[in-house]
Amino acid sequence: MDLIQLLIIVVQGGILVNVMLMSSAYMVLAERKIAAWIQNRIGPNRVGPWGLLQSFADVFKLYLKEDIVPAAADYRFHALAPVIAIGVAITVYAVIPWSGPFVTIGGVEYGLSMAPNMNVAVLVVLAMTSVGVYGVALAGWSSNNKYSLMGGLRSSAQMISYELSMGLSVVGVVLVGGSLNLVELIQGQIAHGWNIFYQPVAMLIFFITALAETNRAPFDLPEAEPELVGGYHTEYSGMKFGLLYLAEYANILASSAIIAALFLGGWDIAPFIDEAALLGLAPSSPPMVLIGMGVFIAKAFSLVFVFIWIRWTLPRFRYDQLMALGWKVLLPLALLNIAITGIVILLLN
Amino acid sequence: MATVKTNTEAQRLSFWERIYLPAIAKGMGLTLRQMIRPKFTRQYPEQRWNPEGSYRGRPVLVLEEDGERCVACGLCSRVCPALAIEVRAAETNGVKERYPALFEINMVRCIFCGFCEEVCPEEAIVMSKDYELVFGSQEEAILGKDKLLVPISQLRERLEFLRQWRG
Repeated sequence: MDLIQLLIIVVQGGILVNVMLMSSAYMVLAERKIAAWIQNRIGPNRVGPWGLLQSFADVFKLYLKEDIVPAAADYRFHALAPVIAIGVAITVYAVIPWSGPFVTIGGVEYGLSMAPNMNVAVLVVLAMTSVGVYGVALAGWSSNNKYSLMGGLRSSAQMISYELSMGLSVVGVVLVGGSLNLVELIQGQIAHGWNIFYQPVAMLIFFITALAETNRAPFDLPEAEPELVGGYHTEYSGMKFGLLYLAEYANILASSAIIAALFLGGWDIAPFIDEAALLGLAPSSPPMVLIGMGVFIAKAFSLVFVFIWIRWTLPRFRYDQLMALGWKVLLPLALLNIAITGIVILLLN
Repeated sequence: MATVKTNTEAQRLSFWERIYLPAIAKGMGLTLRQMIRPKFTRQYPEQRWNPEGSYRGRPVLVLEEDGERCVACGLCSRVCPALAIEVRAAETNGVKERYPALFEINMVRCIFCGFCEEVCPEEAIVMSKDYELVFGSQEEAILGKDKLLVPISQLRERLEFLRQWRG
């Protein structure tokens, strides 16, 4: 790997991390706005036009806040937990193929994707979403606060229950696409139609488990305000709290992007239509790829909207209901889905 | 051994009710409809509410062109259930003979009942539309004549309302 290639990847990483942090900050604003609309309110509208500078004000405020570490907390892990949370959330962005390659520098093609064509991308995504829970569990444990600990424990239990179904639901997609490479999966969907039509059950399971993995309502038990004060981030303040908060939203965007890539055809504009031929462009020409990138990002943010929309519609699950849903419904359903998919594929070949 | 009959909620529900998804879709539809409905919020400091004449805001004294109406009879002070009004009368050689040397309303005590307005024989104390009552201290909340006297032109709507509806 020569120096230019390294430099380009660093620049790509810088762009992705900054765009991601910005969009996480704006997702907080979107969350507040959509919550307000659903509750017949207007939402933040004082800082900048339509409240668009609210995110900057929030982050600025968090920077100025005192960083409190409880006296009885394990300060090393207390400081480490937000770093793990945000670090893992960012890592997922490296394998998400935001676009195909559209620039060629020094004989190598680059797109807005740090690790394109990684042949185990799906596994990396699953691994990273599982590691993400370490941040939450560690935050809860190191705070030395019973509510935080409860939040952390709930998060780990929830993760174990739902990670399994999530992985199994992806198996169906991998069976259909025949690859663990996200780019190949997307290209397969462009050729044959989106996976949501072949794997609707897997899509449903993946979406529900993604809600649980990102600690979103109706599965936001780790931070259930009425029960656990603030859950795992009760004892956090200042930018450490900010990082945990941003990590939550970064995870939502990552999950949305993964769902868009796995089930909604990634860069594909519409299913079962050859848009490239319709627009008179070559399938991998730069304009087509850039349109695809826009479409992919639009899909990801539409899913973010659905995440937020669900949060302000559904009430929180009770803990035993959460476990019952994970083990008694989603897991058998995911296994059944794999079996049926496997049999159908075997019969078709 | 008699078997215990169970009739739990889960058994009474139909299949579609038990998988929840139609109900969830219904709920999502509801919130989506709420999202696009017009909002009723008033942008307060920029858009102020102008109450009707029937509104009972801060009680004020009517100031006519030739002076205040109040003759310092002290009925308002007597009727006030919160003991918020203090009147001290003085005499003059004018037509009305009496005027209040001191007229104070303690806005911390006032309950906006409007009894003072009802009892006043001269229609001299009326409830205004002023609802922006902010005070920095207890002392500041005791309004003297300088703050109570309001020109009659600003109180037309209330006076008309009183004439229309009072017995």
